[in-house]
Amino acid sequence: MMLSVKIASVAVFLAIVFIAVPVLIAASGRTDLYYTLTSVALLSIASAGVWLTFYIGRINIGQGAYALMGGYVSAILVMNHGWSFWPTLPVAGLFCAAASVLIGLPILRLRGVYFAMVTLTLTEVARLLALALPITNGAKGIVSIPLPGALSVFGLTIIPDFATLQNPRLAFYLLAVTLMVVCFAVMYRLVHSRIGKLCQSLQQNEELASSIGVNIAYLRVIAYAVSSFFGGVAGAIFAAISQSIYPSSFTVTDSVNFMLNCFLGGLGYVFGPMLGTLVLYFGWDLLFQTGEFQLLIYSGLMIVLMLVLPNGLLSLALPSRKS
Amino acid sequence: MEQVIANGLYLGAQYALIALGLTLIFALMNVLNFAHGQMYVLGGFITYTIYGQLGLPFVVALLASGVTLAVIGALMEKFLFRTVIRRSLREESTMLLAAATAFFFDAVILLLFGEKQRGVPKIVKGVFNEGGIIMPYDRLVVGALALIFIAAFVLYIQYSRVGRAMRALAQDRVAAQLMGVKVDRYSMIGFAMGAMLAGIVGGLLVTITGVNSGIGGPISIKAFLMVMIGGAGVVGGAIAGGFILGMMESIGLTVLRQYGDVTYLAIFAALMVFLSIRPNGLMGKPWG
Repeated sequence: MMLSVKIASVAVFLAIVFIAVPVLIAASGRTDLYYTLTSVALLSIASAGVWLTFYIGRINIGQGAYALMGGYVSAILVMNHGWSFWPTLPVAGLFCAAASVLIGLPILRLRGVYFAMVTLTLTEVARLLALALPITNGAKGIVSIPLPGALSVFGLTIIPDFATLQNPRLAFYLLAVTLMVVCFAVMYRLVHSRIGKLCQSLQQNEELASSIGVNIAYLRVIAYAVSSFFGGVAGAIFAAISQSIYPSSFTVTDSVNFMLNCFLGGLGYVFGPMLGTLVLYFGWDLLFQTGEFQLLIYSGLMIVLMLVLPNGLLSLALPSRKS
Repeated sequence: MEQVIANGLYLGAQYALIALGLTLIFALMNVLNFAHGQMYVLGGFITYTIYGQLGLPFVVALLASGVTLAVIGALMEKFLFRTVIRRSLREESTMLLAAATAFFFDAVILLLFGEKQRGVPKIVKGVFNEGGIIMPYDRLVVGALALIFIAAFVLYIQYSRVGRAMRALAQDRVAAQLMGVKVDRYSMIGFAMGAMLAGIVGGLLVTITGVNSGIGGPISIKAFLMVMIGGAGVVGGAIAGGFILGMMESIGLTVLRQYGDVTYLAIFAALMVFLSIRPNGLMGKPWG
């Protein structure tokens, strides 16, 4: 792609999410859409993490565990230790990344379905831990977390107190979308860097990569840590938006959904998870009117989609890239 | 103590039967069947309808569960998984399909049977009470039936023509095809058999624990655990994994009771440690 085309498409995308969407929502009065779009942005951050683990050839169904962990870290720091929300955001991410290094060192040696199944049980472990540990307050969860306060550097207020805002939904939307843009920019940079190429070599053949001097153990831990960082950050913001976190906030279903978002968008494309999340989440929301048939139609459509486009939605738009 | 072991064996027999179906499908198709737990639930509801509602004999209900699920499994393989495997660039795409079918079954079960917990009348009354072991007779019957099905399955795989073809497929798909094994046909039969096993266990267990539409997912996770312990795609591993998990659950529920509901947490933690030492499970092939 030409550089100018790239810059233009990025500019169009930014204009849509930062200007067009708020203007359109204000014009139509559908402020409830903010919440939907915020969720899409956050879920796509978590899905981006899953996508990165796909990129090193691992099927990750454990992102829900890190989202839950991030949510709890942020909530506990805010509620029990009196932190402001903003510093808890990177701390939650780093905590998850550190945990994922510890967990990842043994389990990243697994491959294929073994890794998939182990990460699936990891989500269950996280839920059971949240139920069993005293600090997480068991099944009752942590509730009435205050909205994010003001963030100021050297007396200059960068972000106003969310509680004083007229429209905290818009604020959350902008926060989530900004993070999503940053996250996908990082992903794009990562994938198109030297590390990205090395990761691709892991995806194709680990032994071969190892034999020509690629440090595979180091690389896959790094990729997994970045992935978990995204999961933790997304979880922390989710806890702040819903002002509560429960052991059932992120379950196996969520972990599976993160994975499905990546599949649907297409595993070969960095922006796949974003598109996949948007389509899946909106599809689910739109089908709400069908009442009890919601899940039936949704899963039926998913099966049909899989039969028609088994390589993801983006394979439709960019057919020549892979071949 | 004897009681704990007896409970463990009883649980293990059923778990092994669930894991066998999952591992069979995995060995033949390299598909991780997310919908296994939902198939189990479906089997349970079919038995509930025929035995509990219509009042026909239990054997008929169990047969109906098995046959229905076998047909469903065969259709799934023929029209869904085969197509996606052929068209997809990456093998993992079947996981999305499997997850979608799991959701689909969940929806169908919810629409057809509702969300209530359902149970059926006991198949045998009375309680066995001797030598310090207390065990209702119906559990003994179900446990024995599960063992019979496991034995039958193993013998069938080991000595029948179909079983031999399926073992060849599991070992090396291409080589089997070159030797003239009809790959498509035996994949379909294998998928149907795996689904049938799930349906039969569902039918067996509905007589004891009952069934409700929400337990499909947790059952799938348990099945994954067993397969991981034993090693994916190995018949012996699935049986071993089933009995080990049943035993651990039974012991854990007794020993760890004073610490609250932490049995599964302990099992998961032990599994993580175990898998980091032995990534392929007890008897698995390297790298699944």
